[in-house]
Amino acid sequence: MAGRIQSILRVLKNLNKNKNFGGIILKKKHLLILFALLLSFVLVLSACGTADEDDSANPADDNTETEGTDETTNEGTEEQAEDTNFKVGMVTDTGGVDDKSFNQSAWEGLNAFGEANGLVEKENFDYVQSSSDADYSPNLNRLVQQDYNLIYGIGFLLMESVTKVAEQNPDTNFAIVDETIEGDNVVSIRFKEHQGSFLVGVAAAMKTKSKKVGFVGGVESELIKKFETGFEAGVKSVDPSIEVVAQYAESFGDATKGKAIAAGMYNSGADVIYHASGGTGNGVFNEAKDIKNADEDAYVWVIGVDRDQHEEGAIGDTNVTLTSMLKRVDVAVQNVTQQAYEGEFPGGETLEFGLEDDAIGIAETNEEAYTAEIDEKVQEFKQSILDGEIDVPSTDEELEAYLADL
Amino acid sequence: MFSNRMFNILVPIISVFLGLVAGAIIMLGFGYNPIRGYIALIDGAFGNAYFTGETIRRVTPYILTGLAVAFAFRAGLFNIGAEGQVIVGWLAAVWVGSSMEAPMIIHLPLAILAAAVAGGLWGFVPGILKAKLGVHEVIITIMMNYIALFLTNHLIRNVLTETKDTTDRVLESASLASNWIMEITSFSRLHWGLLIALAAAVIMWFLLEKTTTGYELRSVGYNRHASEYAGMKVGKNIVLAMVISGGFAGLAGAMEGLGTFGYMPTHSSFTNIGFDGIAVALLGGNAAFGTVIAAFLFGVLKEGSLNMPTEAGVPSELVEIVIALIIFFVASSYIIRWALLSLKKEGK
Repeated sequence: MAGRIQSILRVLKNLNKNKNFGGIILKKKHLLILFALLLSFVLVLSACGTADEDDSANPADDNTETEGTDETTNEGTEEQAEDTNFKVGMVTDTGGVDDKSFNQSAWEGLNAFGEANGLVEKENFDYVQSSSDADYSPNLNRLVQQDYNLIYGIGFLLMESVTKVAEQNPDTNFAIVDETIEGDNVVSIRFKEHQGSFLVGVAAAMKTKSKKVGFVGGVESELIKKFETGFEAGVKSVDPSIEVVAQYAESFGDATKGKAIAAGMYNSGADVIYHASGGTGNGVFNEAKDIKNADEDAYVWVIGVDRDQHEEGAIGDTNVTLTSMLKRVDVAVQNVTQQAYEGEFPGGETLEFGLEDDAIGIAETNEEAYTAEIDEKVQEFKQSILDGEIDVPSTDEELEAYLADL
Repeated sequence: MFSNRMFNILVPIISVFLGLVAGAIIMLGFGYNPIRGYIALIDGAFGNAYFTGETIRRVTPYILTGLAVAFAFRAGLFNIGAEGQVIVGWLAAVWVGSSMEAPMIIHLPLAILAAAVAGGLWGFVPGILKAKLGVHEVIITIMMNYIALFLTNHLIRNVLTETKDTTDRVLESASLASNWIMEITSFSRLHWGLLIALAAAVIMWFLLEKTTTGYELRSVGYNRHASEYAGMKVGKNIVLAMVISGGFAGLAGAMEGLGTFGYMPTHSSFTNIGFDGIAVALLGGNAAFGTVIAAFLFGVLKEGSLNMPTEAGVPSELVEIVIALIIFFVASSYIIRWALLSLKKEGK
């Protein structure tokens, strides 16, 4: 052994004769500095950390109380004794669990469900993030192999993967949000986003002074089209002369792009922008806040999507978030999970949640901007939709027909 | 004696080890158990047949994009455009695979060839611009990435389908997937593509080391002016290097299109297969064999790390830092070389 070490050392000694390896000659001093920098970097990084697991893993903690959980708590604890092995997991799309949008909303739903039934995070409910399209299938399979009873695929991007994995694992239950999948062990959760978009369209039309409003979409698709057409129909229903400009960022995670598009729209005279673009929308908020920062009296508004994005728009004492189109993925997720937990999983069904289920709504948090006058108008239209007097368009063709009828 | 070889093996091993230690320190610092973390990593990569299959599946395109970047690098060119070449290759393969009918023996090779040609074409543009006008290939290839991304999205939405987000599936006769492999790896998406990737590595080695063309390419890479003086056509060699490089990357797209996915979705952002190829190539020392090894390391880390949040409770953001540190140490093997040498000197 000692002999071997010596021979290695001899080899290294020979090498030292030629100090120029790889064509680069560095002075010893430089390298020492480099090493020291590296070490301190590592130390600083580890010093920043805390052992508080919940903090980083559960961005939705403070929102879990929003549901009316009180009634269900007692019932839940009784059941807990029967079935503590229940495990429900969700796989996010590339937006991640803290996208401040529907992935986060779904996770809030699972948290609310867990709280209502006295279940433990990580043991009974958990999430997995996907960093690229290729991760969906392995992530789903990972949860299947860890014996999860119900697995959510959050977002239409996961459709192919959920379809395939559900076929291969008929004993596990799956749910997909925003898509329809056939299969006895899959439930499809859909929303009538066009209804909510219509209502925020009404609000935008009431708020705009420049008679020009904008729409920022994530990736152009059938789904996002529902937001766009609903919004435009809502705006034009109030005043057909208002111009609606729509642009797609081709991404749900590109805040920089969202900011650039918003800058363009505000510059061209639009004063209210509705975004349906996940993380890209954070850029829209940033742009509006930047404008507000530069000029306190600037008249710019953002309409949030999926969840109440009030906090995203906060700047000093004011807030640029006019309202938000609430797509309560959390309500739907909690609802479906509860059914599965009670052994009544609605497999094979397509559930469409809308205004009538309170799964679609409009946020009234910003009372200063979202005035009583606006709210009155919105409620008026909401009632017409509920009564069936207005059939909100969800495709380009329907929109055209709708506008022609106005 | 064996000094150089010994050194070449020792350095990467120590680098990986140091990378793991650095990652462990980070995990410790944040209050997680590094041993559990690394066990979860290994489990996630090789825990059972499914994950082993998925790991190899992930390695396959890495080998090809690694080869693509390495090949261009040997000819003195920096191909940042592997990403775009992957995307156009993917689309070309799926297009041929889904829109025409032919027996497998014609259809499959044709689809694969289409991917290589599309990737090659995407490499040809920066190549010819560099050769004729002296435009730097880094700028052109970066721009070509965006063109590829948005052009393919447009084609999928408007030409291949009617406003849908994914293309049709490729036909059985053009698919690299095999039920037999899927069954033995409990339905992972492993496919025959690995054989193509390994063959490509052999082809690259043979082409560069054993042929006149390869000699010229390397010569141009070492010294453009001397090569020209020696009577070689520098421009032709630059274009050739970019086309072959693009072809390799295009093949990586075919792996995704005909093997892993069997269709092509519209992409909202880059796949990163091409960009990771740059790291793989540099890690593998721009040699064919080294690239294969580096691709395996990359694939194992990437696949295994997905398991760390659920099994060891390490948040995925931290996992990214740990993985990046490991790669950082491997890539900075120069430091380790230097440390080894000065250690030895002190012993004198």
